[in-house]
Amino acid sequence: MDILVTGTVLGGTYALIALGLTLQYGVARIMNLANGENLVLACFSAFWLLSTFAINPVAGILLIAPAAFLLNWLIYRLAMRPLVERAKDRGQLEVDSILATFGLMFIFQGVMLLAFGGGYFTYNFLSEPVTIFGANYGLNRLVALGAAALIAVCLWLFLYFTRYGTAIRAVAVDPASASLVAIDVPRASAFAFALGGALTAAAGALLSTFYTFDASMGVIFTMKALIIVIMGGVGDVRGAVLAALMLGIAETAVAVLVDPGLTLAATYTLFIIVLLFRPQGMFGRKPA
Amino acid sequence: MSAVTGNEWRIAILGALALGAAALIPLADDGYYLSLSVNIALYVVLCTAWTLFSGPTHYISLATAAFFGIGTYTVGLGIDALPFALLVAIAAVMAGLVAGLVGIATLRLTGVYFVIFTLGLAELVRQVVTWLQTNFTTSVGLYVFTDFTETHILWMLLALAAVIYVTGWLINRSRLGFAMRIIGNDETVARHVGIDVARAKVILFMISGAFIGVTGAIMAPRFAYVEPPSAFNPLISFQVVIMALLGGTSRLWAPLLGVIPFTILFDQVSAHFPNHTSLVMGIAFMAIVYLLPRGVVGLARELLRPKAGKRLVAAEEATAP
Amino acid sequence: MSPLLSVRDARKVFGGLVAVNHVSFEVIEGELLGLIGPNGSGKTTMLNLITGALKPTSGRILLAGADITAKPAWYIARRGVARTFQLVRVLPSLTAIENVVAGAAFGHARRWGDDAYREAARLLERVGLSGRADVPAASMTYIDQKRLELARALASDPRLLLLDEWLAGLNPSELTIGIALIRDLREEGRAIVMVEHVMDAIRSLCDRCVVMSSGSKIADGGVAEVLAQRDVVAAYLGDDDA
Repeated sequence: MDILVTGTVLGGTYALIALGLTLQYGVARIMNLANGENLVLACFSAFWLLSTFAINPVAGILLIAPAAFLLNWLIYRLAMRPLVERAKDRGQLEVDSILATFGLMFIFQGVMLLAFGGGYFTYNFLSEPVTIFGANYGLNRLVALGAAALIAVCLWLFLYFTRYGTAIRAVAVDPASASLVAIDVPRASAFAFALGGALTAAAGALLSTFYTFDASMGVIFTMKALIIVIMGGVGDVRGAVLAALMLGIAETAVAVLVDPGLTLAATYTLFIIVLLFRPQGMFGRKPA
Repeated sequence: MSAVTGNEWRIAILGALALGAAALIPLADDGYYLSLSVNIALYVVLCTAWTLFSGPTHYISLATAAFFGIGTYTVGLGIDALPFALLVAIAAVMAGLVAGLVGIATLRLTGVYFVIFTLGLAELVRQVVTWLQTNFTTSVGLYVFTDFTETHILWMLLALAAVIYVTGWLINRSRLGFAMRIIGNDETVARHVGIDVARAKVILFMISGAFIGVTGAIMAPRFAYVEPPSAFNPLISFQVVIMALLGGTSRLWAPLLGVIPFTILFDQVSAHFPNHTSLVMGIAFMAIVYLLPRGVVGLARELLRPKAGKRLVAAEEATAP
Repeated sequence: MSPLLSVRDARKVFGGLVAVNHVSFEVIEGELLGLIGPNGSGKTTMLNLITGALKPTSGRILLAGADITAKPAWYIARRGVARTFQLVRVLPSLTAIENVVAGAAFGHARRWGDDAYREAARLLERVGLSGRADVPAASMTYIDQKRLELARALASDPRLLLLDEWLAGLNPSELTIGIALIRDLREEGRAIVMVEHVMDAIRSLCDRCVVMSSGSKIADGGVAEVLAQRDVVAAYLGDDDA
């Protein structure tokens, strides 16, 4: 039970990061390997807002997410768009964007190391215990889970029940056809990339309320998010959420039952199973 | 086809002379420059082995640190029981096997899956090794005491470089090398002329991984004390990618042109501005993507033969489906 | 004796679209079969099922009695099936002779080294490309690339050769040469399946033809009788004219 609740909280955060990444990769076609740094930057921002201005981290999302939206929009326009334009095919764009976002990853990491140093950070926020089914959980974790769920539902409503959300899904399926029905594909791609960044940043702000963070942990989160995206199927919101919860629970289970040092091994075991048996994702249709 | 051409002889002789000259470095200096030379030789070997696979396939492998660490650990675990040469061979086999497993799981799929998988591979192996050591042995670190000096290590690395170059040349002349050229042109055609594309890629990845494992084994005596974080240092993977791409991957010797300047630069940066290494790596990646997409070699070709260069680009553009 | 190629009840569905619908036919040794039908009738999909480029949704495909259903393309190529592509696919950065060696080195014949180059040179000559061995494939004209593709397919010494509209896009004089070349291949006893729209070629070359329409086989038999069949004419020209 304990594993289920802790794992679900962790999985909820993973889900937001993975949703951000699936938007960036599925719609804008950019495999953003700097996404984890985006998350860490949000952790530091939440910490800074709380310690300097005494702004509650959950409320801080209202500042952090728009800032991340703007930052990622700029990254897309300035750094990614030229690559999209010069790429001759999807394979080349893939290689270029992987290398460029590795560059961004190291630059972000370098800047954060210079600004905050290499130490571990943590702060107290709503850490009083709450009792559920006879066991105690930090209130901060439950608040984080609730906020993550709320954000995920909002995203789902946006993508499936609004005009612009439908346009974005159309670009995800086929950019060439989407432009034929008068969708501005470059604009939709930039928007999706920025929105993905904002989601990840929101996840970061929530994560920082209960997780010890440091300037160089981003890459592990990027990797887990990538694995979740692949498990869930690229561009699949439902799949990403389910895969994230599975991963969160599996990791927590391994950490509690076997050894906390083996969480990545748990992740990889899931990843390999998916790669070998369902490389198109859990809900993906078999390619024709 | 089967005969060795005059041009190939000239390259072989030049290469042998260059290696010979490099082998004499310890006579001139046994301090800083020798140590720098070992570093350069190390990255030459790693980048060339990396290019062996990533050059023709365009898959970006970040598994270097994992194979390297496997090699280092093999020596660390066995140095008290087995002769060094045997350990080097075991390191090659172990790294090759891991490469084979990774390849079977990922190389049937597109490049992104491969990158992601290799990105975490070093960390995964590190976790497993640490866990095994903490649970089944007494300490996490291992001591590697040998009689090898920096000079011996340099010589071994140079010999390994020669072996890798010859292997690369042999592969190019073999069916495997020809298959890789066909795959690089058009994978669909490759399949329809009877090439088992996935198998060819896996074999090449195993060869590349085995060489990287051997490199790790050779470097183990230099560390003296081997522990998981230093043996499986993920930075190695990224540095290899940067250096190889900086030089270019179209020729086996091209990474040299990236390794030498970048090793010196990185050495200076980590000596004088240790907090700025990440930033330098980031800028290097950006510079490669935006300024030098074909590496130094590609740039030189375009500058030296502007017309031929353009024709080549045009031909390559015609390749794109 | 079992036929060289036996397609049994093959079916291929893409999403909701049935591209090939329960099609069966056979090809015997040394036969030249024409696979014809209007655009979009599933002919190329049928070839892709035989070569392993696509896996059938159901049904079986046998090569000389051995099951090759849903086997990988490279495996089927090694068993002796070679093809050309509807949209010509040469290996652009390789020279002409290397393109042909590519066909010889890994397929049914598995020739390598000098032997492969000798055979490749012979085949280049045969398709009318003698003296062009060292020309990069990318710089060749369309017709020469088509010739090159045929030489590459022949280089593996295939038991079954599949030609996907190999004559399409040729001018009348090239067409005469092309038809003569295919006739020549047939005379040496090679089994060939050709997907073709050029009716003259079908009439003058084929022993037998299979007609597909909207994914289904609608006729199978001697060329003259099949082409006179009412539903075949209807499939090509529309019901009103029939």
